[in-house]
Amino acid sequence: MRISCPICGERDRREFHYRGAALTRPAPDAGEAAWDAYLHLRDNPAGATRELWYHETGCGAWVVVTRNTLTHEMPGCELAAEAAR
Amino acid sequence: MRIAGNGLLGEARQVAFSFDGRRFTGLEGDTLASALLAGGVRLMGRSFKYHRPRGVLGAGSEEPNALVTIGRGAAREPNMRATVQEIFDGLEASSQNRWPSLGFDLLSLNDLAAPFFGAGFYYKTFMWPKSFWEKVYEPMIRRAAGLGALSGLPNPDRYERAFAFCDLLVIGAGPAGLMAALVAARSGADVILADEDSRMGGRLLAETREIGGQAGHAWAAEVLAELGAMANVRLMTRTTVVGAYDQGTYGALERVGHHRPRHSRALPLECFWRIVARRAVLAAGALERPVAFRDNDRPGIMTAGAVRAYLNRWGVSPGRAVTVFANNDDGHRTARDLVAAGVHVAGVIDSRHDAPLSDAFEVHRGARVCGASGRRGLESITIRSVAGESRVQTDCLGVSGGWNPSLHLSCHMNARPLWRRDIAAFVPAPGAVPGLEPAGACNGAFSTAACLREGAAAARAALADLGRRPAGFDLPQAEDAAYAITPLWAVPGRGRAWLDFQNDVTVKDVRQAAAENFRSVEHMKRYTTQGMATDQGKNSNVSALAVLADATGRGIAETGTTTFRPPYVPVAIAALGAGGQGKGFAPERLTTSHSASVERGAPMIEAGLWYRPGYFPAPGESGWRQSCDREVNMVRGAVGVCDVSTLGKIDIQGPDAGALLDFVYTNRFSTLKAGRVRYGLMLREDGFVMDDGTTARLGETHFLMTTTTAAAGEVMRHLQFVHQCLRPDWDVSIVSVTEQWAQFAIAGPKSRELVNGLLDTPLREGDWPFMACGPVSVLGVGARLFRISFSGEHAYELAVPARFGDSLFRMLLERAAALGGGPYGMEALNVLRIEKGHITHAEIHGRTTACDIGMAGMVSDGKDCIGKTMAGRPGLVDPGRERLVGLKPSGAARQLIAGAHLFAPGGDAVRRNAQGYITSAAFSPTLGHMIALAFLRHGPERIGETVRMVDHLRAIEAECEVVNPVFFDPEGGRVRG
Ligand SMILES: [Zn+2]
Repeated sequence: MRISCPICGERDRREFHYRGAALTRPAPDAGEAAWDAYLHLRDNPAGATRELWYHETGCGAWVVVTRNTLTHEMPGCELAAEAAR
Repeated sequence: MRIAGNGLLGEARQVAFSFDGRRFTGLEGDTLASALLAGGVRLMGRSFKYHRPRGVLGAGSEEPNALVTIGRGAAREPNMRATVQEIFDGLEASSQNRWPSLGFDLLSLNDLAAPFFGAGFYYKTFMWPKSFWEKVYEPMIRRAAGLGALSGLPNPDRYERAFAFCDLLVIGAGPAGLMAALVAARSGADVILADEDSRMGGRLLAETREIGGQAGHAWAAEVLAELGAMANVRLMTRTTVVGAYDQGTYGALERVGHHRPRHSRALPLECFWRIVARRAVLAAGALERPVAFRDNDRPGIMTAGAVRAYLNRWGVSPGRAVTVFANNDDGHRTARDLVAAGVHVAGVIDSRHDAPLSDAFEVHRGARVCGASGRRGLESITIRSVAGESRVQTDCLGVSGGWNPSLHLSCHMNARPLWRRDIAAFVPAPGAVPGLEPAGACNGAFSTAACLREGAAAARAALADLGRRPAGFDLPQAEDAAYAITPLWAVPGRGRAWLDFQNDVTVKDVRQAAAENFRSVEHMKRYTTQGMATDQGKNSNVSALAVLADATGRGIAETGTTTFRPPYVPVAIAALGAGGQGKGFAPERLTTSHSASVERGAPMIEAGLWYRPGYFPAPGESGWRQSCDREVNMVRGAVGVCDVSTLGKIDIQGPDAGALLDFVYTNRFSTLKAGRVRYGLMLREDGFVMDDGTTARLGETHFLMTTTTAAAGEVMRHLQFVHQCLRPDWDVSIVSVTEQWAQFAIAGPKSRELVNGLLDTPLREGDWPFMACGPVSVLGVGARLFRISFSGEHAYELAVPARFGDSLFRMLLERAAALGGGPYGMEALNVLRIEKGHITHAEIHGRTTACDIGMAGMVSDGKDCIGKTMAGRPGLVDPGRERLVGLKPSGAARQLIAGAHLFAPGGDAVRRNAQGYITSAAFSPTLGHMIALAFLRHGPERIGETVRMVDHLRAIEAECEVVNPVFFDPEGGRVRG
């Protein structure tokens, strides 16, 4: 499996650290349900996912990878810093 | 027997080898199978379950019967296929799964008991008593049924892994693959052509057909010479592509050393390749399938295509009076080639009533072979036709039940193959593997011309995808005969007709599975074990499911196939794990003081990838405890030096550096003055402690964070996550400088004296209070000094650029010695920090909160930080949690043990009553007894109470008094002094 880092280009997934679903951090006062969901509840979709990978042995960029769990296609990969703006 | 003037080996060198201790001579280029057949050997193995005598069935990697052990001692390699193993001088091969010998195998008694051993026998027979299964039945079955055995010794062979990239990967170097590679290479694409054979050419080496007016093998040689001269082509022989994976990634096994004597260890035995190809052409050819009939496993019965391969490539006739049994035209070619080579053909038996006739040999139209005799080698066959039964003397029968395309790789990403009635075979589904185009026989195109055509077309399609213009090209002339076949899977009749040779599965077994309602092909496979041997059903799957379809009254397409999974051929775990044997590729991180430490005899301890000294033995010391105690006393009494470079050092700069630190630490750093250091506590988002350490403010917008050695990578990743994913608007840069600085702790009452001896501007009394930091100059070298202490003593940490680390360490030791000090290692460092109640990852092990370690007050009220919200959950701040305390022995037993559990005195030491556990324990030379850090329910509220320590593993108990975790100098006078 290879990931197209926007900075380095296509690289072997062994260069990346996997974090999990790309989620928005709740506000401190968002309430228990929102925090519980952020920390513990995950969808397990058959289809498109958005997930965070860290190019640890490459450029050090966190990237948001769009991946299809059915076809294994990876249609998108953008810098997390840009996705978050 | 070898037929003079036949085959492609020509005037090859003679090679001496042995089989079961008997000496043979073969020719360079022979496989073990061709050389043994040339030497008149037909019996090469015994079957798995019944120990039936078996000979070679095929001429390729799909061989189910002729499995042998190569070599001896630790390097011996079991289950090597004689059809793949090339001979070399001194090769020692031996047969397997027989006792005492291949010719006389006592366990072949299993064969006489065969009526009891049918499908499901083990499942039904060894049901009870249950305890007998593991102790009696399984060992017995395993002894009787088996393959070759490993040596049981450590594997001395080397294995490698490698990576390759290309525009086009061509899998298989027969006519289709050669054509595809040639078209792509001439068009300028980067091409890898991989073929599992030792010599490229595929079936062109085994056939007598012509291409472009010359012999097929000569055309192949010409193409290979052209490809071999091109810089954009890599030819990989002896390389089996074993798996197709996502994004054009292919796994391939290269047999590098199997064909050479083992004493030359310069080359690895095998290399496992990961090949990333933008496009690929599958040109894996096809495998001929046998027809099942009574006793069709006699040595001497093989596929008709294998007979041609032995004759046309190796110049060997597997028999003197050969017969052929076919349901298609292809089998007749075997007879024609044999006749042309002067070998007697005793008849062709063709199940079709309209089979072509010949002047050169007798053709029995509409006839079937219904039996074979000759226990250790074929002697005769029985033919049945409308005219009745007759017997033909023959020592070799070539069988052709048609060809199965080698489409396995096309199924590795879950696609199912499609059934084609006209050729009675499965073909790859279109688009089965993205970027992989099947061509030639593996795609159901069986004529040479069709192979060339499809190979060229597949290459052109790939070139178009790659945005390249294909070079102009005329296809050479070749035969284009239609493939005429009338399916025949099994000849009806009494007795056992074999489908899966290696696992001894018969037609009857498959029918029995169907009768017992194992009608799904996947259930039938598991019930009969058909297709579960090392050939993974390559020789039997299609025939077995045809028999199953017949037995269940369904069509073949409807019955479906089992799933083809990687690897295509067996792959040794050692090849997959290349680089992981022993130390393997694991990097070793060495500090700049490593050499000096080793020179002093310090045993090095692994700390993650780092190596750190355990202790520095002094003359006369006999064990680590003695050295450790001395080093602790040395630090408390004079001065000690310890390399602390392995701690993570993260440089954080920018206008928002302070904001970032406030957000990742529970406490504030934006208020820290430049030239000061502060201890910080870091939480995970779930509220538990992640790491701790000190951070120094070197300038207004410049901080230097230290992490624990263990969590350096995790913290770096975390900081980048927080910045890039949560606060990308902040203007801050983060970089690891762990390896750029060598840093030494200098601790003890004489530490200032030692430091001052090295500084160009010595420290004055009152300068550099506790937690001060700043730049200094050490003998002209720019350095950083931090007044911080992990030992609880007046201490400094001095950092210099890593290139000066070795010389500074040696200098520090030399000068420390003059002050009655010296180096100390990890053991002493650990004792010093336990005496001071300082935590490490023994305490912050992922399940502890700030409250648990007595640092609830460090979670700042006025700001948000990572983990703050969840750290406030009631369960995480409950005073009844297991919280940090100190323990000291208060009874007769004086030993405290890390990992031991704590109980109320008098209560039962069972899990339900557990009140906590010890995380760190050491003998304190300062206090003269053992001390421990522990987590205890309501811990800090229980100072002065007695608890009972129980180590269930070692059966050790001790009574302990609960005390403050800071055992030594709780007021901190020494550290500030
Ligand atoms: Zn990158």
